[in-house]
Amino acid sequence: MSRDASRLGLLLLLAPLLLWLFLLIILPHIGLFVVSVSEKVGVREYEIGFGNYAAFFTEPLYWRTFARTAIMSMLATALTLILGFPIAYYIAKLTKGRTKTTLFLMCMIPFWVSELVRTYGWMILLRETGVFSNFLQYVGLTSGPIEFLYNDAAIMVGLVYTSILFMVVPLVTTLDSLDDSLIEAGYDLGGTSLSVMREIVIPHAMPGIVSGCIVVFMLSLGNYLTPILLGGKDSLWFTGMIYTQFITRFNWELGSAFGFLLLALSSAMVFFGLKLSRQSLSNTMGR
Amino acid sequence: MIPTVPQSNITKWCYRAYVVAFFIYLALPLSVVCVFAFNNSVFPSLPWEGFTLAWFFGTDAPFIGVFNERSILRAIGTSAFVAVWVAGLAVAVGICNAFLFVRHEFRGKALLYMLMLLPLIIPGVILGISILVFSSSVANTLEDATGLWFDSLRPGLLLVILGQFSFIATFATLVISARLQKFDPSLEEAALNLGASQWGAIRQITLPFLFPAIVASAIVSVLMSFENFNTTLMLVGSESPLTITMFDKLKQGSTPVLNAVSLLLIVVSAAIGLISLLFQNAKR
Amino acid sequence: MTEAPDLVCRDLVKDFDRFRAVDHVSFEVPQGSFFSILGPSGCGKTTLLRMVAGFQTPTGGELLIKGNSMIGVPPNKRPVSMVFQHLALFPTMSIGENVGFGLRQRGVGRSEIKTRVEEVLARVGLPGITDRRVDQLSGGQKQRVAIARCMVLEPDVLLLDEPLGALDLKLREHMKIELKALQHEFNTTFVYITHDQSEALVMSDNVAVMNHGRFEQIGTPHDIYHAPATAFVAGFVGEANRFKAKVTGKGGSTLSLEPESGAKITVEGVGSDIAEGQNVEVFLRPEAIELSKTEDSFDDDQNVTAGVVTSVLFNGANSMVTLKDTAFGATLTVALPQTGAFSDLHEGDSVFVGWHPSKARCYLVERSS
Repeated sequence: MSRDASRLGLLLLLAPLLLWLFLLIILPHIGLFVVSVSEKVGVREYEIGFGNYAAFFTEPLYWRTFARTAIMSMLATALTLILGFPIAYYIAKLTKGRTKTTLFLMCMIPFWVSELVRTYGWMILLRETGVFSNFLQYVGLTSGPIEFLYNDAAIMVGLVYTSILFMVVPLVTTLDSLDDSLIEAGYDLGGTSLSVMREIVIPHAMPGIVSGCIVVFMLSLGNYLTPILLGGKDSLWFTGMIYTQFITRFNWELGSAFGFLLLALSSAMVFFGLKLSRQSLSNTMGR
Repeated sequence: MIPTVPQSNITKWCYRAYVVAFFIYLALPLSVVCVFAFNNSVFPSLPWEGFTLAWFFGTDAPFIGVFNERSILRAIGTSAFVAVWVAGLAVAVGICNAFLFVRHEFRGKALLYMLMLLPLIIPGVILGISILVFSSSVANTLEDATGLWFDSLRPGLLLVILGQFSFIATFATLVISARLQKFDPSLEEAALNLGASQWGAIRQITLPFLFPAIVASAIVSVLMSFENFNTTLMLVGSESPLTITMFDKLKQGSTPVLNAVSLLLIVVSAAIGLISLLFQNAKR
Repeated sequence: MTEAPDLVCRDLVKDFDRFRAVDHVSFEVPQGSFFSILGPSGCGKTTLLRMVAGFQTPTGGELLIKGNSMIGVPPNKRPVSMVFQHLALFPTMSIGENVGFGLRQRGVGRSEIKTRVEEVLARVGLPGITDRRVDQLSGGQKQRVAIARCMVLEPDVLLLDEPLGALDLKLREHMKIELKALQHEFNTTFVYITHDQSEALVMSDNVAVMNHGRFEQIGTPHDIYHAPATAFVAGFVGEANRFKAKVTGKGGSTLSLEPESGAKITVEGVGSDIAEGQNVEVFLRPEAIELSKTEDSFDDDQNVTAGVVTSVLFNGANSMVTLKDTAFGATLTVALPQTGAFSDLHEGDSVFVGWHPSKARCYLVERSS
C-alpha cells in the first residue's frame, strides 16, 4: 500500500516538472527548429529545406553580424574576468567581517537593479550632452561636445558593466572556500606571489571562473538592450537581427534559423568551457 | 597576497586604488540616474537647473511626475500582475521539484536535473521566440481545427507570464533545493514516530523549515520578473510591463520622468534584494 | 668555535590590537633537536610559530636562524618550512606535484625534481605514489606527504603546527612514534607546537610550557614532569591532586603544612621563596601515593592518612581509585598498583594512603586566585 502511495507521490511531483520542461522548453525548441527548416512556397504552404540557413551563410551581413557578436562577447567575457578577478580576490581574501559584507552588498546592488536602468545611466554619462562631455568641456580639455555613445567601446563598457557581477559573485564564493593556509603553504615553500596565484589560487578558482565565464558570455551574446541603446540603431548585434526578422519583417522562418544558430553557438561555448576545465554543468551552475 | 604575507606598500595602495576605482565605476551610472531625477529641466542632462520634486509629483505639462503619469502607472500595474503570477507558479513548481530531486530516486533523474538547469544557459531572446513560435503554431492548429479563436496563445500577458516562468522556475528550484538539502530527515521521522501523519509531518516540520527559502525565492522571482526584458520583448502584446514601456519611451527621447521611475526601481529592488538575502541567510 | 643554534629567539614580543599574544619569549634550539612548545589554546604558541615562519611580524625582539636575523625576511625567503595544522596539501595537484612544488619555485630541473621527489617519498615510507591525488591518501599518509613536501627543501628548521590534532586516537599514538623516527632519520631541527602534553613529552628533547604569552618553563620532558617550575606547569602537565595549605613551620627545605581542615603534613625540597605563614598550593601525582590496607606498612617519614574509597575507575594500566581523605577532607586520586593487590577494592572500603614528603610540590598561592 505504502509503495503505491509513494509511487503516486512521485508521479504527482513529477507532473509539474514534466509539464514545465516539455511545454515550455523542449517542445518550443523543437518547434523552433521545425520552423527554421521550413521554406515558404505559398500562402500558408511550407516545404522542408535548409534555405534559411543557406541564406544566413550567403548573405555577408548576417554571418558577419553573427561573428561580430560572438567575438565581441568573448572579448567582453575576457575583460570581465580580468577586471573582476582582482575585485573578487580582494573581497574574498583581503577583507573580513563587516567590511567584507559591506563590499559584497555594494557589489550586489547594481546586480539587482534592472538592466534598463543601468544602461540608461551609461546613456546619461556618455551622450553628447552627457556628464562626461560636459565635464571635459568644463575642465577645458575640449572645446565642443563629444559623443561617446554609439560606438563599440560604449557597447563594451555597457556589456562589462551589465555582466561583471555575474563574474564577481561566483568568484567570491569559490575564493572564499580556499583555505588561507594553502596560500601560506605556497609562500612557505618558496613560492612568489605570481607562482602562488598561478599554481594554487587559479586552479582552485577554476569552477568559479568557468561558471562566471559561461554566464557572462551567454548574457553578452543574448543581450539586446545594451547594444541597441549604447551602440545605436546600426550596432549590428545578432539579437537585434532576430528581433527585426520576427517583429519588423515578420519572417519567422529566417528568424527561427537565426535563433537556432545563436542557441547552437552559446551551447557550444558552454560545452567547450565545461570540457576544457573538466567541470560538469550541475557542478558549475547548480551550485 | 593575503594579509599574513607581507607586501610592499606600493602594491597595497595600487590594489586599493583599483578597488576604489571599481566601486566608482559600479556606482556612477546609478548615481547619475538618481541625481538627474531631481533636476529642474526637461532633459536629464547638465546644466543643473535646480532641485525639484516635480518629476515625482508634478501635474502640469511638461513637468508631469511619475505618480501622475498614466502610462507608467498602468505599466507598473501590469508588471506587478505578471510578477505575482510568475512568482506564485515558480515557487509552487520549485517546491515540488525540490522534493522530487532531494527526496526521490528514480530512473532518468540526472537527465531531468540537467534539463531543469538548461533554461540558465539558453539566451532569453531564444526562450522568447521559441515560446512565441510554438504557441502560435498551437493556436493556428487549434483555430484551423475548431474554427474558434485562441487569442490568449498570441503575444500577450499569458505568454509573458509563461515565458518568464520558464526560466525563473529554475532559480526557485535551486534556492529551495539547497535549503531542503540541509534539512535533517530524522526530524520528520521523529514527527512520524510521535504519531504525525506523513502529510502532517511535512506541513508542520518540513515546510516551516523551508519557509525562509520559499520567501527568498518568491522575492527573487518577483525581482527577476519585474526586470526581465529579453524574453518579455518577444512575447509582449498590447499591454506592456514597465521595462518595455520605459524602453519605448527611452527610444522616443528621455525625460527626467524616466530617472524618477528608475530611482524608485533602484530603491525598491535594492531593498527587496537585501530582504531576500536576509531570508536566505536565516539561521533557522 | 661552536656552531650557532639553528633557531634563536630573544625577547620576542607580539602585540595585537587589544592584547599581547607573545610576551618577551627567549629560547634557543640546537641543531638536530626536537623542541616542543606546549600550552593551552590561546596561549600564543601559534602566533610564536607563525612569527618564526614569517606570517606574523614581531612587535619587538630578535629572531635568528643559523645566526642570521629573520626580521623583515618574507616567508618565501626563510630557510624554514612549515607543516600546517590541516596540512594544507594542495588539492588541485597530485602528490608528486605537491612535493615538487618548492623545488619548482627554486627553478630546479624537471628530471632532478622527479628523482628528489621519489627519493624523499621513499624516505618517509611512501614510494611510488607520485601520481595519486591528495584525497586518495589516508590521514597518516597525508601527514607523511606534508612532511616530505617540506623535507625535500632541506630546511634548517621544520615547524609543525599541531599536525596530529585532526587524527583519531589510535593513529595519533602511532604517528607520535613515527614523527620522532622521521626527525631522527632526517636529523633536522623540529619545532613542534601542541596542546597535548603526551605528544610533547614523548617526542621532544626539550619542551617549553607556554601560558598567557610567556614561557613558564623550558626543560627536558623529565624535568617538566618531575620538577615543574610553576603551579601552572604542575597543573597542566600530567595528572595531579591539588590542595591548599598554610605553612606552619620551615626548617631548611622542609615545610610543615596545615591543610584547611587541620591535619599536619610535611613537604621537602621547596624553594626559598616560601616563608612561614604563607598560603601554598600542594601538587601530588596520583602515582606518588602508596595505597595500603594497614597503617603500619608505611615508612616513618611518610605522610600517612586514612581514607574511604569513593569510586574505583578501572582503565587497564591507567586504573585509578578516588578516595576521601578523612584527615583533611580532600578528594585524592590514586593510581592503582599493577600488581593486582587491590583488585578486590570496593566503594566504601577504608584504606590508608602514604606519600614521601619529597614527592609533592608546593607553590605560593597568588593573591588574585
